[in-house]
Amino acid sequence: MTYNQQRSDKVSAPHAGHHKTEEHFREQHLMLDPMPRGQMNDMVMDSMHTTSWKFWVVFAILSAIVAWGLFYSWGKMILEGLGIAGVNRPAYWGIFLVNTVFWIGISHAGTFISAILRVFKAEFRRPFTRAAELMTTFGLIQAGFSIFMHMGRVWLSYWLFPYPNERGLWPNFHSPLSWDLLAITTYLLSSTMYLFLPLIPDLAMARDRSTGWRKTFYKVLALGFRGTEGEWVHLRNAMNIFAFAIIPVMFSVHTIVSWDFAAATRPGWSSTIFGPYFVVGALHSGMGAVVMVLAIVRGTMKNMKYFIRPEHFEAIGKLMLIISMAWAYFFFNDYLVQWYGGDKWTKQLLHYHEAGPLGWMWFLMLIVNIAIPWAVLWNKKWRSTPWITFTVGLLINVGMWLERYIIIPISLSINRMPFTWRLYQPGIEIPLGIGTLAFFILLYMAASRLIPLVPVWEVQEGQMAHSLKKFGRETVVTVSELE
Amino acid sequence: MMNKSNIPEVGANFAEGEQGKWGMVIDRDLCTGCQACVAACSMENNVAFVGEEDSGYGRSMHWIRIERFWEGEYPEVKMTSQQPVLCQQCGHAPCEPVCPPFAAVHSQAEQLNLQVYNRCVGTRYCANNCPYQVRVFNWRDYTDDRLDPALVTLKNQYNPDVTVRRRGVMEKCTFCIQRIHKAQDKAKSEGREVADGEFTTACAQACPANAITFGRVDNPESLVSQLAGQNRGSKLLEELGTLPQVTYLNGG
Repeated sequence: MTYNQQRSDKVSAPHAGHHKTEEHFREQHLMLDPMPRGQMNDMVMDSMHTTSWKFWVVFAILSAIVAWGLFYSWGKMILEGLGIAGVNRPAYWGIFLVNTVFWIGISHAGTFISAILRVFKAEFRRPFTRAAELMTTFGLIQAGFSIFMHMGRVWLSYWLFPYPNERGLWPNFHSPLSWDLLAITTYLLSSTMYLFLPLIPDLAMARDRSTGWRKTFYKVLALGFRGTEGEWVHLRNAMNIFAFAIIPVMFSVHTIVSWDFAAATRPGWSSTIFGPYFVVGALHSGMGAVVMVLAIVRGTMKNMKYFIRPEHFEAIGKLMLIISMAWAYFFFNDYLVQWYGGDKWTKQLLHYHEAGPLGWMWFLMLIVNIAIPWAVLWNKKWRSTPWITFTVGLLINVGMWLERYIIIPISLSINRMPFTWRLYQPGIEIPLGIGTLAFFILLYMAASRLIPLVPVWEVQEGQMAHSLKKFGRETVVTVSELE
Repeated sequence: MMNKSNIPEVGANFAEGEQGKWGMVIDRDLCTGCQACVAACSMENNVAFVGEEDSGYGRSMHWIRIERFWEGEYPEVKMTSQQPVLCQQCGHAPCEPVCPPFAAVHSQAEQLNLQVYNRCVGTRYCANNCPYQVRVFNWRDYTDDRLDPALVTLKNQYNPDVTVRRRGVMEKCTFCIQRIHKAQDKAKSEGREVADGEFTTACAQACPANAITFGRVDNPESLVSQLAGQNRGSKLLEELGTLPQVTYLNGG
């Protein structure tokens, strides 16, 4: 039997109950549920303008937490010294560095979703690329706060930047921290530009539909975009360049963050697998954070149930499952190679991770990072349910925070001089950490009122490219290439 | 204009098998664990007192510490040995390359590992990367007499040759570099070389059991070279390749 015969057999003998109706497709897929452009624009503008009293209550509470947790506590620490934090010898690095790595990890998924999925033309990305990219920029701001908090004399932090000065002194380019600073700065600048480029047409849309101070605000930001063909060509070229260029930058940044640890001489840190292990770990926590943001945006913002649908949670859920498997592989690899290496201090440390006073963290990390995602996300129905995926994402973020806690203060408690072994107890790190979290949410809330959280033009473009055609009784999805 | 000599080198300019310049020998069998070296070092180098609470939480700032080793569980404890641990002045120091603003540097003249206090921004990477855990951090302003009235009088015994450090900077043993410089200046003004045993570090000077000896390791005639060459010496964590300049003697 030839291939053609096989196909024609299948076509000529369809199963009666398997026809999907047009309504089914419309309900399931945003791309197949087109809406007049003016109406969609109004929906997005409406979601920005509709602000209930609940929003302002949450906004005020978060502002108070930021004022207390971030600015008051940090100011107090700058005046009194790091003594009010929990860092000691041998745990010279504590929750500050845990939070830095955590926030950089969170910021990863934004660019990952946006750039990788844009390059591969994954259609499900369209309504939420902006929400993910915002996470990158806002997460990196928190990472910046965390790393500067950690410094003993933060008012001299400009010495870490390579600026020309009369002493002829450059920063030490041998130091992984110098690489880190350059990598994070590059990432912050490039991801902010990458956030801004696809935003321009939406800002122009908002400019044409608003009055008063908002009009001025969007007018400045939209850079006079009118939607001519030449402008679109330039915009597409720039977005293409950034989407491709930012992918290696994203991989390099977290690899370099891992080198802060991997390049050191400490047991448990000097592991060659740390580069990819950290990248996968960052994606793991970042995907969890994206899903949390989407669930909250869908649940709390007006008109968002149209844009963010179960199909998106389903698609991200699949990615989360795959990344969880990859993380499990790298975790096992890291553990196995370190254990097999047989260094007595490393063995002691691995034993301390599991059986030490904070061993529960190690087990909890494995449960929430591996067991729960695997147990839940395989099921299409479950992973399509927003609150279930939200909970899994939250647990993954707890687990990834614990992973960094195990790598930094717990691993630092054990070293090659047993006389100095000592446990770490967090002090003012806790309000400061809560402050960064509140500031992240606060920035997000402010952004949701100021810029269109859904890339309207991208959704419209996708809807124009997709259409439903009838072939006999069969309804078929067709796609045309617009770009 | 920048020229190459302005860029600090990382690491010493000697390789494994060669010797540094200044070195120390510590005899574990002679050490009684009396802590006189710790007290003398604190006096000489203006090391801050951190108070009971911080000290109990691992924030004591002694540049030299006595590590005690024991067998058994309390109350059936048998003290086995003790060793003073100070900065090993590594030839290939792990703390140096990781410091972003070049505060942990290798001095080419003295072949010592130095900390430039006013260049330190307090990332504490050096301390994490030090396998001997001998770097100490100024967690608070331990030297500010407005915060602790007891310091008003205590300040009078500061050594004027040594900087008083403020909060947020890392510090560590310097092999009493102020004494090295003083002896070198004196010898230079008299037109001679520094003689072996002409001066010593504060810890070695204070040791009642003579367990600590300091001197030139690149001079085979010096006492410290002869003690180190007795085939009963070992170095701490030698397998890491840090080329430490302190030799510990065992079983004499």
